[in-house]
Amino acid sequence: MDFEDTPEEAAFRAEARAWIDANAPKHLEAELKRAGFASSGIDSEDPMEASKAWQKKKAEAGWACLHWPKEYGGAARTPIERVIWGQEEGVYGSLSSPFIIGHGMCGPTVMDWASEDHKRRLLPPLASGEEIWCQLFSEPAGGSDLAGLRTSAVKADDGSGDWIINGQKIWTSGAQHSQWGLLITRTNPDAPKHKGLTMFFLSMSTPGVEVRPIKQANGQSGFNEVYFTDVRIPDDQRLGAVGQGWEVSLTTLMNERLSIGSGMSTGFPELFEFCLSAEIDGQPAVDDASVRSRLAQFAVKQSGLKYTGMRAITALSKGQTPGPENSIGKLVAGATMQELAMFALDIQGQSGAIQDESSPMNARFQQVLLRSPATRIEGGSDEILRNIIGERVLGLPGDIRVDKDVAFRDIPTSGRK
Amino acid sequence: MNLDFSDDQKQLQDQIRRFLSEKCTPAVVRSGLEGGEPFSRELYRGLGEMGVLGVAIPEAYGGVGLSHLELCLAAEELGRALAPVPVASSIYLAAEFLLQAGTEAQKAAWLPKLASGESVGTFAFVEGQGRMTADKVAAAVRDGRLSGAKSPVADGDIADLAIVAARSGAGRGEQAVSLFIVELNGPGVTRETLASIDPTRGQARLAFDGAPAERLGGEGEGWAIASQVMDRAAILMAFEQVGGADRALEMARDYALDRMAFGRQIGSFQAIKHMLADMYVSATLARSNCYYGAWALASGSSELPVAAATARVSATQAFQHCAKNNIQVHGGMGFTWAFDCHLFYRRSNALALALGSLSTWEDLLITRLQGANTQAA
Ligand SMILES: Cc1cc2nc3c(=O)[nH]c(=O)nc-3n(C[C@H](O)[C@H](O)[C@H](O)COP(=O)(O)OP(=O)(O)OC[C@H]3O[C@@H](n4cnc5c(N)ncnc54)[C@H](O)[C@@H]3O)c2cc1C
Ligand SMILES: Cc1cc2nc3c(=O)[nH]c(=O)nc-3n(C[C@H](O)[C@H](O)[C@H](O)COP(=O)(O)OP(=O)(O)OC[C@H]3O[C@@H](n4cnc5c(N)ncnc54)[C@H](O)[C@@H]3O)c2cc1C
Repeated sequence: MDFEDTPEEAAFRAEARAWIDANAPKHLEAELKRAGFASSGIDSEDPMEASKAWQKKKAEAGWACLHWPKEYGGAARTPIERVIWGQEEGVYGSLSSPFIIGHGMCGPTVMDWASEDHKRRLLPPLASGEEIWCQLFSEPAGGSDLAGLRTSAVKADDGSGDWIINGQKIWTSGAQHSQWGLLITRTNPDAPKHKGLTMFFLSMSTPGVEVRPIKQANGQSGFNEVYFTDVRIPDDQRLGAVGQGWEVSLTTLMNERLSIGSGMSTGFPELFEFCLSAEIDGQPAVDDASVRSRLAQFAVKQSGLKYTGMRAITALSKGQTPGPENSIGKLVAGATMQELAMFALDIQGQSGAIQDESSPMNARFQQVLLRSPATRIEGGSDEILRNIIGERVLGLPGDIRVDKDVAFRDIPTSGRK
Repeated sequence: MNLDFSDDQKQLQDQIRRFLSEKCTPAVVRSGLEGGEPFSRELYRGLGEMGVLGVAIPEAYGGVGLSHLELCLAAEELGRALAPVPVASSIYLAAEFLLQAGTEAQKAAWLPKLASGESVGTFAFVEGQGRMTADKVAAAVRDGRLSGAKSPVADGDIADLAIVAARSGAGRGEQAVSLFIVELNGPGVTRETLASIDPTRGQARLAFDGAPAERLGGEGEGWAIASQVMDRAAILMAFEQVGGADRALEMARDYALDRMAFGRQIGSFQAIKHMLADMYVSATLARSNCYYGAWALASGSSELPVAAATARVSATQAFQHCAKNNIQVHGGMGFTWAFDCHLFYRRSNALALALGSLSTWEDLLITRLQGANTQAA
């Protein structure tokens, strides 16, 4: 039991550190460091351009998408080396946020299911950040119940083999910045819901695709509605067989779990720092007994997540595949950061309601308060994650289902009972 | 990086689990509950013969000479099995006190007997209600004779020796406290068994009236040594707690699969499923924090005080959480004497207080994080 690098790991770390030291956009360091939450913190230049520039530089030197094969823009490194890179990249890692969905989910799906030609065309610019991807999965009628989606793909009747797409996606993060999308559709409404799905990829500039930003509860616009009106795409943009879309989507969803090791933070270090400086009745907040007790509760969650991540990395380095037990990361982090934000505001007293430049730590806790509800929903809600732990980890029986072996068109939906 | 136990260590853990599932039967665990001995001497001797008690004690003192990592895994198994044996008092505490602060002669006199299970040791620290502070230490030693009373003392009813925290010398505050070895079968000691929420582990009141006492460690160093040793013990006890939490979770899971209500397995109701998922989450976080503690213990890291408090707070909560919800999942059955649910519930709440309460350790954790923060700055 140790936290030491092997000699190879140490060599890799040194190499990564030296390269980062020589090449990172140091002029942005201060801004990145004092960034609040849910924003890059960069005001001095266009944040997207800054992200793309850093990604391109990494790609050119062989530090992008480290674990991908070289011919697809990666560097054929081990999963552990990827983790080490993340540790060394530190604050600059947050520049990668526009690429998370593409690198973490869309890329691996393309890698597993696309033709060789397509992989060579699509993956290198995805790795280098020149092209951004979005995930067109959720719909008004299919979020947690993804297989309830209704966007249809129908073979064109002109014999071209093309598909005609009609319908609507929603909550699509980054669609407004994306060149490509990974799109799941229904090709057979007469089959049971999981059997009638087919996956495609498409250019977001295909005629008939319309992106409309949605204003989020916190005022930002990270996600969008995407409308498809008679959008025509060739059959060779299909991933997997017709009707195999559910299986293909599982590749995407399983890959979410592989992005472990980064160990989601609960925001405890910032809260602790705040409690050292904030005052209650003229005394440091951290001296207050009730504050200490709450802090300790948050501390052990933060630490528990950190070392759970390290155990997962250990398993990974022994060649084991991350399983459903990794669902606990976001489940714990999401709920904890929300409670933690409420607690930080409580310490601020009535001024906690104010969100401006006078708010402690660049209004970080106000931002967390307003953004954290989404963390508990996106990428699998708390309830879905508890179902996964209950069913896949503990082996409890699934829900009794009323929608399983019925033709999709016969399943009751909201507004159609 | 490797945050896991080795295959050899896991094999040893397996052996201990098999031994306990054979020897530590429900009848053995329940003996104290049914009015019999709360302590199975036979089981305890068996653990001694197997080398479990002495696993982290050097060979020179009759131990096996492996590391504290093996002892962590042994603790986990003892916790799972609810073993009614004084390992925490005798090994995590008494033996650890001797190892950390004993003279050669003291170690040679006591460690072999503790390692074999022939003798039982304990730590006599607390004096009455509330959080224990140095000012509350009233027991005092004068001219090698101890007078005063300690209560509660875990396993004080069966122990052969106690490490006693008592006032001596001219120091003030924490510096007024020193540690003493007292033979409990000798003169000047009376014991009174106390009724407790967990009758599977004995508790006693020890009264001293001029009992011969031999100092352990330097004069006035008692508080500092005790806090060091309690940190080490906290990590080991956290492993016991995680073992208990895991077992309670398994029991609840098995029952949820078995029990039918409203025409379905109760584990298919989300209220139950999500309760079990939350139990899994707290047990997992606690386990990970314990591994951090194990690393700190075995490597002698300067992070040990933080790691100990972290593991302790996390494991206390996890065991309490899993044990109380295990009863809940069992419905009415969970509230019967016959089912074992209440044994885990009792043990979880007793362990939550042993070595100091949850709030005490929360406070310690923050003090230590503050210290780490000042050092870093
Ligand atoms: C900020 C943000 C970004 C997102 N980005 C993307 C993206 O880029 N691409 C994309 O495709 N999607 C994206 N999503 C969508 C996200 O995946 C869905 O919101 C999520 O899966 C929940 O689906 P829903 O919103 O339809 O809620 P619903 O599924 O309608 O859920 C409503 C409530 O019911 C609960 N519930 C539903 N089913 C069950 C069940 N079986 N058992 C118990 N409780 C249940 C849920 O937990 C939730 O509390 C994003 C969402 C957010 C908030
Ligand atoms: C101290 C005590 C006194 C009692 N006195 C009486 C009495 O005087 N007369 C009498 O008739 N009975 C009495 N009972 C019985 C009591 O009403 C039952 O124990 C209770 O209804 C639960 O039923 P069960 O024990 O069969 O548990 P189960 O029904 O098997 O429940 C096990 C677990 O599953 C959960 N569960 C069950 N169904 C669902 C569901 N649909 N959704 C979500 N969760 C579910 C339960 O909440 C519980 O956590 C007493 C029980 C106790 C503990």
